[in-house]
Amino acid sequence: MFWNSLVLALNAIRRNLLRSFLTVLGIIIGVAAVITMVTIGRGATQSVSDQISAMGTNQLIVRPGQRRGSGSNTPNFKQKDVDLIQNQVTGIAGVAPYSTVSANVIAQAKNYTTLITGTTNDFFTVGNWELQSGRKFQYGELKSGKASCILGTTVKNKLFAEQNPVGSRVRIKQFTCEVIGVLKPKGQSTWGTDQDDTVVMPLKTVHRRLLGSSDIARIAVKVEDNNNITNSQKKITELLRESRRISENMENDFRVLDMRQIIKTLTGTTRVLTMLLGAVAAVSLLVGGIGIMNIMLVSVTERTKEIGIRLAIGALEKHVLMQFLIESVVLSSIGGILGLILATGLSIFGASLMGVPFLFDLRINIVAFLFSASIGILFGFVPARRAAQLNPIDALRHE
Amino acid sequence: MPLIQFKNITKTYGTGENPFPALKGLNLTIDEGEFLALMGPSGSGKSTTMNIAACLDTVTSGTYLFQNVAVDKLNTHQRTLLRRNFLGFIFQGFNLLPRSSALENVELPLIYRGDNKQQRRSAAHQALEKVGLSDWKDHNPNELSGGQQQRVAIARAIVTSPKILLADEPTGNLDSQTSLEIMSLLTSLNRDSGVTIIMVTHEKEMAGYASRVVQFLDGQIRN
Ligand SMILES: Nc1ncnc2c1ncn2[C@@H]1O[C@H](COP(=O)(O)OP(=O)(O)O)[C@@H](O)[C@H]1O
Ligand SMILES: [Mg+2]
Repeated sequence: MFWNSLVLALNAIRRNLLRSFLTVLGIIIGVAAVITMVTIGRGATQSVSDQISAMGTNQLIVRPGQRRGSGSNTPNFKQKDVDLIQNQVTGIAGVAPYSTVSANVIAQAKNYTTLITGTTNDFFTVGNWELQSGRKFQYGELKSGKASCILGTTVKNKLFAEQNPVGSRVRIKQFTCEVIGVLKPKGQSTWGTDQDDTVVMPLKTVHRRLLGSSDIARIAVKVEDNNNITNSQKKITELLRESRRISENMENDFRVLDMRQIIKTLTGTTRVLTMLLGAVAAVSLLVGGIGIMNIMLVSVTERTKEIGIRLAIGALEKHVLMQFLIESVVLSSIGGILGLILATGLSIFGASLMGVPFLFDLRINIVAFLFSASIGILFGFVPARRAAQLNPIDALRHE
Repeated sequence: MPLIQFKNITKTYGTGENPFPALKGLNLTIDEGEFLALMGPSGSGKSTTMNIAACLDTVTSGTYLFQNVAVDKLNTHQRTLLRRNFLGFIFQGFNLLPRSSALENVELPLIYRGDNKQQRRSAAHQALEKVGLSDWKDHNPNELSGGQQQRVAIARAIVTSPKILLADEPTGNLDSQTSLEIMSLLTSLNRDSGVTIIMVTHEKEMAGYASRVVQFLDGQIRN
């Protein structure tokens, strides 16, 4: 009986190919929209967390100020804070103090304004930086504040193009600086800034020659064991409260940011956005369902006589119900499948357009398909029941 | 043994302000093996009687016994089963499914009865053979003449081996030559296969094939 109903349904759909297509267009668009939104959204979430992971998830960043932007009137850190962390917190892979300043860098006939980062060799460990060529700083260079610098690839490309800059000199403000290395490229950060657009120098050099103060703006800490992050975070907070003489009932005037929390916050935001877009798209699926109901009602009216004949020669109500229900489910399922295909194309296209990875998610595809099929049941039921409950004589008399 | 008994049946169409009594106390007994012709002017209640006999419609009052079973006491589902197993129906307008072949049309009652494909095919072929349409089984109704279509309808009605065949003006849409062919088909079904036949007709010539003729007038049988 089921197979017969299926064949009948397919025949009915084939007979009215154009109308059937227009009927399921709503479902196609709905399914495609939902899946595309969710797929691209998931890709975006993934790329956000990938980028942060590349920076190192077991990283803590210490910055002055409690809230974003309120750091200007709270004191920066001193070398003794760095030493405190270095000496008193256990399980730490590296502590990198750094200060940054924007400056114009000149080499040969070209000049380029970039961010100068003054730091120590721990900067490379904590930030997962590797060198493409050259070397890191020597102890003496750090100690004496020598004018040595390591270029990010963006700066290197702007100033030296394809040439190897190691051994050359660049001019920054009034002093010249020897290029001792080039960083391996990392690309865009989560916040859309180019991480390779920097020049790394010894902290002391930047302090003395560019900033004129020995204040430290940030301290990045790499924790050896992921499970230890919260403990380290607590310990650092305690140490700094003491060092900065913050009394017991006062709030911190600095923050120890955990990268994992930042990942959570950021991916949480994109996830909520994804769900929201998905929900909006799901509404169009409902509209598609109403389209199916409409066409099925028309179909029942058109085929009243046929239904009468079937009932007269021995069809039970459930047979007719089944026939029309299957027809609408087949219709909406075909729409669902076409929607899935369309969605895959759109997602691949959209993902590459937005520069996020295309993550095919079987689960969301299955869910969307089942949802479209159940829309067929839901909205096919009223027309199917109307057909099944027709009075056979009245139906037979219908022309 | 009476196959069908109508006892004082009335049927009133419409309700409230202008009810229309189509049958006004009909009494009729039909025995197994009869070939009965119902005649009478248009609007005298013949089709109404046929629909009631076919369990397609219900009576307003009175009793309809089919093989001594009170049909009025059955529910819709049971009446469908009774119709499916014991009754065959052919109509003036053939009422075939337009986009299905002759064979598929004949198979349809067996599908609903739940026969398997093999049973269905062989029964349908036999029925088409009986009405002389074996060569036309794959044609759709619109490729068949009126007479051929009515024969497909007869095949569909007899494919379930019903006890009784109800024919409401089966030759009403056919020319006289074709009508005679249909009549001889019905006669042979009645004579050779023992199918009880009730047929509505306006033509004396057709009624001549019947073993008994009943005249309707104004919702009753004229004595
Ligand atoms: N569904 C209906 N609703 C109202 N009146 C009907 C209906 N069916 C038949 N009638 C009326 O009942 C009377 C008998 O109809 P019918 O049995 O079809 O007559 P016949 O077949 O003898 O010509 C006619 O007057 C017809 O108009
Ligand atoms: Mg009539």
